Parts: sequence; structure tokens; C-alpha cells
Amino acid sequence: MDPLLRPGHNAPHLPAAMGPGYADVFDRLSRQGGRVETTGTNALPTFDAHAGAKQASFQPYQNNGGSVVAVAGKDFCVVASDTRFGLGFAVPTRMISRNLVLNDKVVLATAGMQADTCTLHKVLRIRLDMYRQNHGKDMSLGAVSQLLSNTLYYKRFFPYYTFNVLGGVDENGEGFCYGYDAIGSHEKVKVVCTGSSQSLIQPVLDNQVDGKQMYDGQPVAELSLEQTVELVKDCFSSAGERDIYTVGLDGRGQPPLYVKILKLAFVLTSHPLRSKYTRSHFIQGQSPAVRDSQTTTDTYFT
Amino acid sequence: MKIGGGHVRGGGGAADGPVKVTQTPYVVGSSVLGVKCIDGVVISSDTLASYGSMAKFRKISRIHKVSDACVIGAGGEFSDFQEIKKTMDGVMIEQFCMDDGYVLTPSAIHQYLVRVMYGRRNKMDPLWNQVVMAGFHDGKATLGMVDQVGSNFESEVIATGYGLYMGLPLLRNAYRPDITVAEAKKLLEDIMRVLFYRDARTSNSIQIAAVTKDGVEISEFYDLETKWDYQRFVDGARSGDVSTW
Amino acid sequence: MERGGFSFDNCVRNAMLESAGYQPPKARKTGTTICGVIFEGGVVLGADTRATSGNVVFEKNCEKIHYIAPNIYCCGAGTAADTENTTGLIASQLELHRLSTGRESRVITSLTMLKQMLFKYQGHVSAALVLGGVDLKGPHLYTVYPHGSSDSLPYVTMGSGSLAAMAVFEANYKDNLTEEEAKLLVKQAISAGIFNDLGSGGNVNLCVIKKGKTEVIKGYAQENPRKYRRPAGYSFPTGTTSVLESKFQRPVSEIAVVTEVVSESVSMET
Repeated sequence: MDPLLRPGHNAPHLPAAMGPGYADVFDRLSRQGGRVETTGTNALPTFDAHAGAKQASFQPYQNNGGSVVAVAGKDFCVVASDTRFGLGFAVPTRMISRNLVLNDKVVLATAGMQADTCTLHKVLRIRLDMYRQNHGKDMSLGAVSQLLSNTLYYKRFFPYYTFNVLGGVDENGEGFCYGYDAIGSHEKVKVVCTGSSQSLIQPVLDNQVDGKQMYDGQPVAELSLEQTVELVKDCFSSAGERDIYTVGLDGRGQPPLYVKILKLAFVLTSHPLRSKYTRSHFIQGQSPAVRDSQTTTDTYFT
Repeated sequence: MKIGGGHVRGGGGAADGPVKVTQTPYVVGSSVLGVKCIDGVVISSDTLASYGSMAKFRKISRIHKVSDACVIGAGGEFSDFQEIKKTMDGVMIEQFCMDDGYVLTPSAIHQYLVRVMYGRRNKMDPLWNQVVMAGFHDGKATLGMVDQVGSNFESEVIATGYGLYMGLPLLRNAYRPDITVAEAKKLLEDIMRVLFYRDARTSNSIQIAAVTKDGVEISEFYDLETKWDYQRFVDGARSGDVSTW
Repeated sequence: MERGGFSFDNCVRNAMLESAGYQPPKARKTGTTICGVIFEGGVVLGADTRATSGNVVFEKNCEKIHYIAPNIYCCGAGTAADTENTTGLIASQLELHRLSTGRESRVITSLTMLKQMLFKYQGHVSAALVLGGVDLKGPHLYTVYPHGSSDSLPYVTMGSGSLAAMAVFEANYKDNLTEEEAKLLVKQAISAGIFNDLGSGGNVNLCVIKKGKTEVIKGYAQENPRKYRRPAGYSFPTGTTSVLESKFQRPVSEIAVVTEVVSESVSMET
């Protein structure tokens, strides 16, 4: 075992007194290799901070559920997420944003623990702001994808309990998305879903977008932006029927999932409450067309 | 009351320095409720701090005024709440000493608290509280919460502790976007009464705080009216029944 | 001679196996909201319709209000198999009792049988019940806990949504409820569970029992029907699934011999 992970060893930059459970958790995380892990299949890391102590130990992790999806098309990308903040069987609020508009062409969506999500989003916003100030331009999709990976791996031994999808349009105007596990392993893909409904949604997207589980010679019709949005909404609608930790109905029957379509063709979800955070004020030169083409399509789920 | 926090634990070895022991809450407060209104924001709590099943302190305030536009209310470990009060007072004094006329907005106070709580969580030495922040700034009310791991959000209605299970359903049913501070006070009283009936760690002595354009107004402690004489309870639900059970 | 008493050898064994790392088969638990209230002249029982298995919704419209006798019904929370079999067992025993005595079953009889059975199994039968009915003594409402204890109250709730439902009762209960008021109260209580407890969901089912009349109302309220369906739907043309190999097996003649019989006397009647 890594000497740094020895029970009771007070490693620099590491929380003190993380016992044996600590190493186990991250052994497990590392074994997951290049796969995108989800809250659904990956139990919360537990910290046996004090083996032998009588009292219950503090658990720094919390699973707040939720699912996030990204689907890339020819010249667009759709990023969507639900808005429920779950805690055990309770719902402290039905309206949180899991999305962060990083710039004109890149959107991030994060499921998992809300406190980590919030922190990760703050860190990334700062890093992108600094990049913009230093270089006088926005970071490209590919650069953001590596930055996110580095940011996650930086906390390899006390990870952000977050499951990210990153979507956007690259320098050539082509839509792409990236799926991540909690510690930064990532892959460039055309379609990805993580979070509590991954096992329900991913196979459907694979089939409908990628033509998986179909006869090899079968041509797959490329989906238009509108068709993609419809598909993603349908996926959330179905997942909400069968996964108790995904999506929720607003108390006043309002839709929790706001799907907004920006020109340049990426779709993001956000809640008006959070719009001051997600609609980044620093995006300069945003054309009126971008703003005007935003449409809110409502749909809500159980 | 927390254990650890600087105590040297055996086994770690002197070279490792003091090891902070994971804490568990000891003297705890129960629910805090909050409603955002059209003309302000209201929060409520009872005045009990329990030590296990003992009603240890029956007349303590779990609501604290942070600024002229912001109050916080907390459940969970009472000593940690006292530390939060001290921290926030320190921040406000610092602001006052700057003498630039600027005061942190309620949202900023909320986010500050979130960072404090999340930072302590990262040190594995949490402030074991669920804090509700209520503020009124620029003609708009803000209501937010943060817990011991740093989870945080703003919402129209908020309930913590047992209130999450018994108060929030009632708050959600009763909430309207145009609810007034006066209506909300009555609503929170009604829900605190339900919590007193069914949460064994809630007392009938409560306190309500409102933040409006006129500033912060925190009520004295007062006792809730309760009703125990519904006819079927007086008679017994099986009055007239002569069976054994 | 065999001595009396209960044996829990298997429970001890199972606990040992579990601690040794053996995973026991998972039972379907119904995260549930169930409740009941007495009104003037009867009782109203209510239940949600979600059955869960882990974090997956196993069944969206299941029935949790079980028949005990024509004048007695029982809502069940806990392990689905336990609630179904426990109530079914008691229902059949009461049926025999009615055939034998020719009298209407009493609620207290079913309560006694239920709690004696649950106590016998020392909590290993995970059935948390809300039992309601009307007999010659009037309306009755009980809760029965998995270990065999019971409560008798004007309004009761059970299941993972019981706190949300109880909050509604505590806030809105009053003396001399009418039938309509009682139905509305139970509906509100179950809805509170459906909306605020992730273990509960689906529709509201009600059961109203009055002297000489019992009414089971399925889908009394449908709280959250699906709001969106993809307009294009999903269609898979023939050939979507590739055919790797095909083989046709004729019926084996030794097993089934089909012969044509021609007879003039055969006529079809409808």
C-alpha cells in the first residue's frame, strides 16, 4: 500500500486520519480505468476515518443523484440534465442547476455530489476567466476537456464526487462531447450519459444515435438538432418513470428541465434562479441571434 | 461540544502531530424553516437544544442576525453554530472597519458560509450544522441553505432537520409566489406546531425572524398554542369497544 | 417429545452467511406511503402505487390496499411479498371463519390474527400495515408494526412517506369529518408522500368502507402522468436485427400426429 495511505498517516495536502477504507475506495476508482463511472453503479466512497472508534465517523461524501446527457451532432451538441437535489429519499429542493456554460461553445453538466459540483464549477469558471484574460480568446472544446481532466485528477486522492459530461462545438464547427469518471479519465464520444440513470439512458442513445444493437449494414439516419432535443427529452421522460433518483416535478407543476437552444447549436439546461451564474456575463460579442434563438421547451417529469 | 479538535490521539505517533478526531454532534438543535415572500423573507426555529434524548437547553436562540439585511438560522451541533456566529460577526466587523460603506450582500454572505463549511468538510473537521440564510437586498428576498458537507442552494422554501420530512411537504403545498411576510409567519407557526407534535426533539417554544426592506426583525421566544382534545382522542378511537387490545 | 417455542436457527445462520460475504437474494421493498382516517360512520384507507427495487421503479401502478374481508381492508408497506402473503393468509382464514360461523368478520379479529402472526416471526416478516374496517362495533383503524405491536388512532400513516402524510394529517385533521372531507384528507396525505418521498409515487388509490358498503377506488388521483413523448416515436424496420442463421424444425411426428379428419357430421355452432 502507498505509504501515504497508511491509516492515520498525516500526508501533506491530504485530510488527516483517513483509514483503510480510504485506500480501498480509490483502488476501486482506479480500477475502473477508462470507463465513465456513474452514481448508479458506483457506491459512495466511504471513509472509515477511525477504525476501532466507537462513534460514527463523519462522511464527507453525499450523493445528490441526478443524470446528465450530452449528444453531439454534425454541427451542434445537446447537453441536458435534470434539476432535482436528492438526499436519501428526500428532496430538499427541486431546482438546482447541474449545468455550467463555460463559453460560447462549451457547456458542462455534472451529476453526483452537489457541494463538489458547485466547487468544481467555481474552479473551472475561474480558470476559464484567467485563460480569457491571458489569451484574449475563449478556450477551445479540446482544451477545456483536458483542463477538466486535470482539475479532476488534481484531487485524485480526495476526489470530487462528480460525474461530468462536456459538450460543445470544436474549432471546425463540429459537435463533440466528452464523458468523464470522477478522477479525470475521459473519452471523446458522440453520445454520453452519466449519473443515476446512466444504465437506462445510455443504451437508448447508443441505439438511436450510434446505431448500436442494429444490423451492421443498417444505415443510421443522422438526427437533426430538433430530433436530438426530442430524443433527449424523451430519454429523461422515460428515466423519470423508472429511476427514483432522476428528475422531479416542481411543486407548482412547473417544468424542472429547461432546454435552451443557442445558435451554433448547443443546447443547455439551466434554471432562471441560476441564470446569473450560467449565462456568463463575460461572453463578449455574443450576437443577438444567439440570444434570440434561445427557446425554452418545457417538459416535466415525475 | 466537540471532541478532538487538537487533541493528540494515540497510535498516530508524535511525528504525525495532533490528529483531529472525527466529530459527531452532541448538543443539537432540530429544524429550521424558511419561506421567501413577495415583500421579504421569514425563517423560524424552535428554542430547544437536545443532548441525546435530554432537553438540555430549552430557551436558546438558534437564529442570529448577521447584518441589517441578513439572518441565519441553524440546526445541528450547537457549539458549531456558536462558532459560525463568531466567524460571521468577525467578517462583519472587518467590513465595518473598512469604512467604505460596503456590506456583503445576503447572497455573498451565503456563499461565504458555503466556502467555510465546505473547507471544514475538506479538512474532515466539519461544522455539523444545517444553516438557513435569509436576506433582503435591492428589493429582493434571498433564501438559501448550506449543510455540513457544503451542499447548498437557494430556493423559495427551505426546511432542514426533521422539517425536511414533515415541514417541507406542507411548505410546498402552501407556498405561493405572492405570499406575504404576514402570511408566511402564520404558515411557519402552523408548521412548527406540526413539528412539535411529531418531532421528539422540537419544543413548543419558537422564534421567528423576518427580513424586509425595514431590516431584520427577530421575535422574542413565544409558546405555540396546541390542541390535544380532538373528540376521537378524548374518547379513544375504540370507545365502546371492549376487546383486550 | 418435541418441545415448543420458536426456532430462529436459520436467521442466525443467514446473519453468519451475510457477515461472511454471502449476498442474500434481494426482496422487493415497497417504499410506500399508506394511511387511513376514521370519519363519521366509516374509514378511508389510502395508498400510493409505486413499488421499488433499489433505485429502480419496479411497478408503477401496483396495489397496496389488500382485501381482508368484505368489510375490512389492509394497506401494506415493507417487503411486497410479506405484505401480500400475510394479508392473503389472514383473509383466507377469516373466509373460513365466516363460512363456519355465518357472521361478518370483526376488525379486531383480523388485527389479532395479523399481530399474532407477525409477533411469531419476530420482525422477520417485514409487513407494516394499516388495517381498517367497519363491523358491528363501528369503524376501526389500526396500524400493525412488523414486530407485532399495534396502535389504534383516528388517523395513521405508514411507510417511507409516512412523515409527509402524517404532517398533512396533523395540519388538517378536525373533529366530525364527513366522508368527502376524509377522502380529500387521505388524498392530500398520499399526494404529499408521492411528491416528497422518492420511495413513493404513481397514483392515489383509496378504499372507503362504510356500514354495509365498501368501495375501492383505483386511480382516485393521477398525480404525475407522463408529460412528454417523442413525436416521432420509435420504429425499427424489418431487418434491424441481423439474422445470423435460420433453421426450421418440423413438429416431431412421434410426439404429435396431426391428421385431417373429414366428417360430414361435424358442424360449427356459434
